[in-house]
Amino acid sequence: MTATQIQPANTEVRQPILQARNLVKTFGRVVGLDGVSLDLYPGEVLAIIGDNGAGKSTLIKCLTGAEVPDSGELFVSGQQVHFKRPQDARVHGIETVYQNLAVSPALDVASNLFLGREERVPGPLGKIFRVLDTKGMRRKAKEELTRLGISTLQDVTVPVENLSGGQRQAVAVARAAAFGSKVVVLDEPTAALGVRESNQVLQLVRDLRDRGLPVILISHNMPHVFDVADRIHIQRLGKCAATITPQSHSMTDAVAIMTGAATA
Amino acid sequence: MTQQQTAGPPAAGHADPAEEFLDRQTPLSRIRNILHRYPALSPAIVLLVAVVVFGLLNERFLRVENLSLITQQVSVVGTLAIAQTLIILTAGIDLSVGAVMILASMVVAQLAVGSGAPAPLALLLGLVVGLAAGALNGFLVTRFRLPPFIVTLGTLNIFIAVTLLYSGGSTVRGSSMPGLLTWMGSTFPVGPVRISTGVVMMLLLYIAVAFILGKTAWGRHVYAVGDDKEAARLAGIPVNRVLMSVYLAAGAVLAVGAWIQIGRTNAASPNAGVDLNLDSITAVVIGGTSLFGGRGSIWGSLLGALIVGVFRNGLSLAGLDVLYQTLAVGVLIILAVSIDQWIRKVKS
Repeated sequence: MTATQIQPANTEVRQPILQARNLVKTFGRVVGLDGVSLDLYPGEVLAIIGDNGAGKSTLIKCLTGAEVPDSGELFVSGQQVHFKRPQDARVHGIETVYQNLAVSPALDVASNLFLGREERVPGPLGKIFRVLDTKGMRRKAKEELTRLGISTLQDVTVPVENLSGGQRQAVAVARAAAFGSKVVVLDEPTAALGVRESNQVLQLVRDLRDRGLPVILISHNMPHVFDVADRIHIQRLGKCAATITPQSHSMTDAVAIMTGAATA
Repeated sequence: MTQQQTAGPPAAGHADPAEEFLDRQTPLSRIRNILHRYPALSPAIVLLVAVVVFGLLNERFLRVENLSLITQQVSVVGTLAIAQTLIILTAGIDLSVGAVMILASMVVAQLAVGSGAPAPLALLLGLVVGLAAGALNGFLVTRFRLPPFIVTLGTLNIFIAVTLLYSGGSTVRGSSMPGLLTWMGSTFPVGPVRISTGVVMMLLLYIAVAFILGKTAWGRHVYAVGDDKEAARLAGIPVNRVLMSVYLAAGAVLAVGAWIQIGRTNAASPNAGVDLNLDSITAVVIGGTSLFGGRGSIWGSLLGALIVGVFRNGLSLAGLDVLYQTLAVGVLIILAVSIDQWIRKVKS
């Protein structure tokens, strides 16, 4: 089978939510991406794996507006888009959880969930004096956490720095998944976590998919990838070496493709 | 191969690490948690203790005239500390606050007295000077990505030189100024106390800035930028715009500070306030705002300015040489920063 033709299990013709076509990104003489294409379908977990320097991070940054590709096209729900800033991607419903956890440690859980999209109280107090609706945001933060099935965060007024690693990850994931986003991108979500906390995060990924939210997962951890992914995009030397599924290939095959010892 | 992981039901993860952590608290770490949550609490305690001790040492200290005098002595540094707090909250520092204030005060005085401009116009142009100075600092910090310490060290010298060139080194006396310019120095009675307009103006500024920092998205973004700039950027906060607006706001506050300074000293002198920048940093640091940014409270800075004022006044009433006041302030700074470090260890 050829690499790029594997579709999600249910084969009715569906429009990808996110499409990338021939993305190219160079840094001086270093080629980060050398014509990479990618499709993300509704309700799937697409894992992106690859060796260091294979272009995983660059690919993700181009998809989420953190880097602007030199050439290539991006489509969200079939419409072409051009992301210049992370904000542009967010406007189109693409939310990212970065490896270094873009949370503000001194702010509380609710403030972090609403960071950059704060809500004001209705009426002149909000319009003229721009007063924040702190109570309303806390209430909505609780509702979102319940909706997403995140039970480890009970008190939304706790500063994030007082939370454990897994709880912080949950805050970051909740922020990405909340408020009507279309795509959640997770960059190494389990890298710094213990076994139990990793399992909680993986369960969260499954829950998001089961709610119909597609997830892009970047990870080095093969068992985690094969555990939750529906399809696996393998980056090698700035290109997509293959797109496989956990059913079609074994972990050993995936590593072989990643390192160039085999082809799909 | 396809290692099937038990998708642990959420109930399995219910031994909440945060709860375990809370259970292990010692009394000391509980105190630390409270101080961590309310950054203005430790300076408030220090101020209270200082007032009680100095009151016991000298009965004149607690007289209303003396307390009123302390507030007037604090009004200029207290106002500069507002500007300084805003900038330190973004993990910056502003060495030029005193120089900007003096420059603005000289421009206001010269325009009103030398050029005969109407007082409100002179004050308005003073505000423009403050904003322009803030814009220059902010521009250099955001566009050239220079460290605020270096930028403001440079502009400190530039502003001092411009002030001396502009004024020719001469002082403008308050008696020659229109009444509006020295209005901040006038006092009015509130019961047995005489309050100066400058103190009221300073308090109004504190209330306004506390409101903005605590209740608006801009305030939250200021904290977020100082806390973790990259995280703020990734969360979609326009970091450079926030920084620029902080430097502009600081410039505006400094212009008001210039007005208060003219009233307080009843003059505009190019040589005044050389050490005001350090005094303002002292107030902010003693007030519990972290020099690493993102943590602190504007009220802490007012308390910090009051603590410095109370120490200077109390020690001088106790008959100690002025050098001991400076010594005490030095010890206070080091204590305050040590406490800040200790409190920050709360994140385990």
